[in-house]
Amino acid sequence: MTATPSRLTVTVQRGTEGAIRHETFDVPAYENQTVLDVVTWIQQMADPTLSYRFACRVGMCGSCAMMVNGVPRWTCRTHVNKVAADGQLEIAPLRNLPVIKDLAADMDPFFDKWVAAEARHHPSAGRADEFDPVTSQEPARAEADLGIECINCGICYAACDTVAGNPDYLGPAALQRAWTLLNDSRDADRDGILAAVSGKGGCHNCHSMGSCAQYCPNDLNPLRAIAGLKRETVKAAWRRKRDA
Amino acid sequence: MLDLRLYMAQRLSALVMVPLVLGHIAVMIYAIQGGLTTAEILGRTQGSLLWFLFYGSFVIAVSVHAAIGLRVIAHEWGGLRGRVLNWLMWGIGACLFYVGILAVLAVTLP
Amino acid sequence: MKVPPRSHPLWLAFLLHRLSGLALALFLPVHLWLLSQAVTSPATLDGFLAFAEHPLVKFAEFGLVFLLAVHMAGGVRLLALEFLPWSNRHKTFAAAAVGTALFLSATFFLRAI
Repeated sequence: MTATPSRLTVTVQRGTEGAIRHETFDVPAYENQTVLDVVTWIQQMADPTLSYRFACRVGMCGSCAMMVNGVPRWTCRTHVNKVAADGQLEIAPLRNLPVIKDLAADMDPFFDKWVAAEARHHPSAGRADEFDPVTSQEPARAEADLGIECINCGICYAACDTVAGNPDYLGPAALQRAWTLLNDSRDADRDGILAAVSGKGGCHNCHSMGSCAQYCPNDLNPLRAIAGLKRETVKAAWRRKRDA
Repeated sequence: MLDLRLYMAQRLSALVMVPLVLGHIAVMIYAIQGGLTTAEILGRTQGSLLWFLFYGSFVIAVSVHAAIGLRVIAHEWGGLRGRVLNWLMWGIGACLFYVGILAVLAVTLP
Repeated sequence: MKVPPRSHPLWLAFLLHRLSGLALALFLPVHLWLLSQAVTSPATLDGFLAFAEHPLVKFAEFGLVFLLAVHMAGGVRLLALEFLPWSNRHKTFAAAAVGTALFLSATFFLRAI
């Protein structure tokens, strides 16, 4: 293992949409330093006009997600010595999203696609009804549980090259959430979800390159969820054809 | 850019082509030894209904499959959209089918 | 050499599948046109086949057979991923696809030279 360098050369993407520039900072290196520490140092010690997001700084909220040396990561959980042993760091806002300013990306398209995928619960029972005793052992519930810990940090969306090439594509997070609801026995609009994920930007655009699963900090597997959606949409279409 | 129908066409044509590709590779491995001549090819395929059906279905399947595949590349890497994308896809499919049928007829017609 | 950040095994499998498909789609019209010469101009086809005896051409053919075999094998892996129950072994399947393709194309090549 190489010795910790005493200084880091950090190139940061600055500016707004249409006026992007890159600035380099000379940052002191420390023994246990995360990329979020580096960004914070730059703002506090070098340039107070640097804009960036963070909240919990302990790997729970996902707000600090950025591109670090070309890879989407939670900066609060990325140790500098793991990604920049040579002392070179490149930090940019999350890919595939418009830039608001500097390292802050506009998450609106990400959330809009979440809604467009019908990836929200459609209630089937009211207050007066018995509640559904769903257990985690049921296969469908177990499948749904694999994806429910998504905190919508946008890393999978930034990692996906299909999102990069196809502006209509709903993306791994939205589709995985739709899959968790499809497997939810309490959801009342299965057909609606299947229709929403079968359109122009639907699950059938996924090329299974797996960057979503590779980079998800919560070890979720949107690739698996989307494969499930493909299977279910084909099955439903086949049933419609047969019963038509 | 794929909706359910294009996706199914792509997957179905792929499924059809699995045995066809394996067969084609097997023929190539068998036939290549000792060199290849027009006479040798025609000797195997000319007048054969079986080869006509084999390569005929291959041409249909590959025209569908390649057209849709190139459509995806044209969209994701080339940025094409809308009607231009559709015309490109149908155009490629039609051209491949035409050249393919000519080739199949050339080697199987008695 | 700095490793490109996206180069994990399944992404490389995707790239190989896409590039092999593209190459095959570009090669196919040439291949089909040449074969159609069997009837209209057999001398043209024979002339080309004689030229194709050159070892470099044989090596290129080996490449083409590899591209066809790897595109098919990778495609079978994708069909399994999409229509069979989920398996955690897709990196292994991807490697097996490349291995199968190498085996088939090498067999072709050794018989061709």
